Amino acid sequence: MSFIRKKLDEIKKPFEPGNKLEKYRPAINALDTFLFVPNHTTQKGAHIRDAVDLKRTMITVVLALIPALIFGMWNTGHQHFMQLGEEVGFMEAFIHGAWKIVPMIVVSYAVGLGIEFIYAIKRGHEVNEGYLVTGLLIPMIMPVDIPLWMVALSVIFAVLIGKEAFGGTGMNILNPALTARAFAFFAYPTYMSGNEVWVSEAGAVDKISGETILGKLAAGTEVPFESIHMFTGVIPGSIAETSTLCILAGALLLMLTKVADWRIIVSGFIGAALMGLLLNALPSLGVEGNDLTNFAWYNHLIVGGLAFGIVFMATDPVSAAQTLKGKWIYGLLIGLLAIMIRTLNPAYPEGIMLSILLMNVFAPTIDHYVVEGNVKKRKKRLQAKTVKTA
Amino acid sequence: MPKSVKVKRGLSLNLKGEAEKILVDAPKSKIYTIKPPNFHSIVPKMVVKEGAKLKAGDELFFSKYSDKTRFVSPVSGTLKEIVRGAKRRVLELRIEADASIDYKDFGVMDPLSASKEEVKERVFSTGLGTFIQQRPYDILANAEDTPKSIFVSTHNTAPLGASFEFVLKAKMKHFQTGLNVLSQLTEGKVYVGVDAESASELKSVENVEVVNINGPHPAGLVGTMIHEIEPINQGERVWTVRAEDVAIIGEQFTTGKFNAERIVAVAGNAAEERKYFKTLIGAEVKTLLSGQNPAGCRLISGDVLTGAKVEEEGYIDYYANELTIIPEGNHYRMFGWLPFKDNNIHSMSKTSLSWLFPKRKYDVDTNLNGEERALVVTGEMEEVMPLDIYPMQLIKACMAGDIEKMENLGIYEVAPEDFALIDYTNTSKIEAQEIIRQGLDLMITEVG
Repeated sequence: MSFIRKKLDEIKKPFEPGNKLEKYRPAINALDTFLFVPNHTTQKGAHIRDAVDLKRTMITVVLALIPALIFGMWNTGHQHFMQLGEEVGFMEAFIHGAWKIVPMIVVSYAVGLGIEFIYAIKRGHEVNEGYLVTGLLIPMIMPVDIPLWMVALSVIFAVLIGKEAFGGTGMNILNPALTARAFAFFAYPTYMSGNEVWVSEAGAVDKISGETILGKLAAGTEVPFESIHMFTGVIPGSIAETSTLCILAGALLLMLTKVADWRIIVSGFIGAALMGLLLNALPSLGVEGNDLTNFAWYNHLIVGGLAFGIVFMATDPVSAAQTLKGKWIYGLLIGLLAIMIRTLNPAYPEGIMLSILLMNVFAPTIDHYVVEGNVKKRKKRLQAKTVKTA
Repeated sequence: MPKSVKVKRGLSLNLKGEAEKILVDAPKSKIYTIKPPNFHSIVPKMVVKEGAKLKAGDELFFSKYSDKTRFVSPVSGTLKEIVRGAKRRVLELRIEADASIDYKDFGVMDPLSASKEEVKERVFSTGLGTFIQQRPYDILANAEDTPKSIFVSTHNTAPLGASFEFVLKAKMKHFQTGLNVLSQLTEGKVYVGVDAESASELKSVENVEVVNINGPHPAGLVGTMIHEIEPINQGERVWTVRAEDVAIIGEQFTTGKFNAERIVAVAGNAAEERKYFKTLIGAEVKTLLSGQNPAGCRLISGDVLTGAKVEEEGYIDYYANELTIIPEGNHYRMFGWLPFKDNNIHSMSKTSLSWLFPKRKYDVDTNLNGEERALVVTGEMEEVMPLDIYPMQLIKACMAGDIEKMENLGIYEVAPEDFALIDYTNTSKIEAQEIIRQGLDLMITEVG
């Protein structure tokens, strides 16, 4: 350890203040702090500090994503070989998926971190760790066959327009990963929806249908899956969103470590369930629904990107509501809207992306009204006081 | 039915190195120092010159903007040196002490039979006003004001904090007199916070309202008590006095002498002799070290959350009744950011397993355990903020210098120390206390 430390200190010398590479300090520091928690000591304020830091928080999210990612890699291969009618083992399917997905992750990290480094150097601050999560999320929510250059473009759009334009990490209004997906969705719709994108190399096989469940429902075709498939995730879909089981494993880690706010996750599912129940009740109210509205409410919770979105994207603390009460409202509305968009608007077979982005925009408003309650209390107290003395 | 303050959101840090409840006399300090920067926003106007002979209680300086509050010498001796910094700002007044202390006689006064005006005049003109702080703004009280109430806390919930119960044991009579003095300074009440769980005689003090305090830090801070009992509205003034200083005020009224005695708890996991030392305000730090070589240690005048760094050759701050010694943390930890690693470092976050051992006492050092980052995580500040205030929103308003927002969000009710735990726990390592202090300073210049 001390050997690596010494080597690092040597490498860092030309980057010290006053030397010619000083400008590039944030870049070398990012590498250094990845290996070592730095020797910085408290200079003002409290003299002792908690062990937690942003890196630890972000890595916890990455850990929570791992089960869904591994499952996604396997499922990609599994769906591919199933279409071809071939029976293959776990490893073969996994390797097929990994060959598709790892390059996407590499591209996402390389492009995104590249921009982050440039901005850190330009603005003279340290590289923030937020992109560790965003960079992994972006490939996980894309269809598997999307070309790598589209991934790269989406990342550039998300980081530049979604984040840096607002001032960087902590200042963005929209969730960057969803911004990337929304960009790809609207810029290249043929690669992001339809029945040929969800299973790897689906177009190569004749007469196959790689349609997602929600797509089938919207098209009115039969759904050949049981609830248990939808829950475990052996279904076509974006790379890592199919397995509700793996997502819940991640959710458990996030909630136990309090990295994600459980309020948003719980209220998000409640909202989705409520809307599902309401739609299921339509026939008994005399309104004839369609396949989507009649789809059992509990199935709504486990298909599509809903679970993934609520657990990993809605809980992004920067773009979510920040007050405790606000988080309940924010989560609930995301759930409600996601199912509403999904069922009532046939152009968008999945609504979670749009519903989260929409609520991202409204989160500051929700917070404003929650905080305003506190402000009013204070003003009332002052008023009561002035009336008494007057 | 006595009033009580019950705090749920907070954190009592269990640290190693508590001071043993043994009282010893510290070796006599050669020099005693008054540091004007200890009195926030006071610009001293000197009354005496270098070389002046002083008695304990003789005036040293007064505030340039309010000549009512006088600052006096804690010992008798010679004003040896006035240390000045940039722009001739007075940093330290070093007084070489005589072999035995010669006191200025202020005469005896019974605070309860004297008139309110007489008591107030005496408090501020004889240097006792320096022990009274005002909220809002957390600055010295203005002698022109009459506060709506006065708050004293005798329950120190800060990590490794000195026990006022122990410190005041031999000074109960003076403490009561001091409270009598305070009761003459306000139209309202004097509130004294006591540990709800202790059976100390502090609970039987008179002429004041006793408040039982329950719960983790910051339950024992006056800010918490004020917020629960009489929250400050715009335009109101509330005063606070530290418990040991109440006894100094009382003693001066009883004996006529300004006895600046300070019982300093030496604590911290790097301290060798952890005891309570009897000394005087402004004593040399090295007289409290019992010969310990503090190389590689941080010496803190005050507690680990709110204290100020001092050097071995430095002096104890005016209000400090603790000297905390902890190791400096200028070391690297390989992959220390991995979740569930290094669980021997305390963390409020569940990304460390330290929460599995709630009884464990922790070693601490001054490592920042990370680097400063943008504010990302939400909801964590609220967990250590018992006041009905949105801490992150207030901090952001202070950073933006948005006065109206700061007012709305409750800037008048807070002091930097109320945000000390946020310094400690927040993931982004932002300096909440400093930001709040700057916010308060902005309010002083803009609103006053």
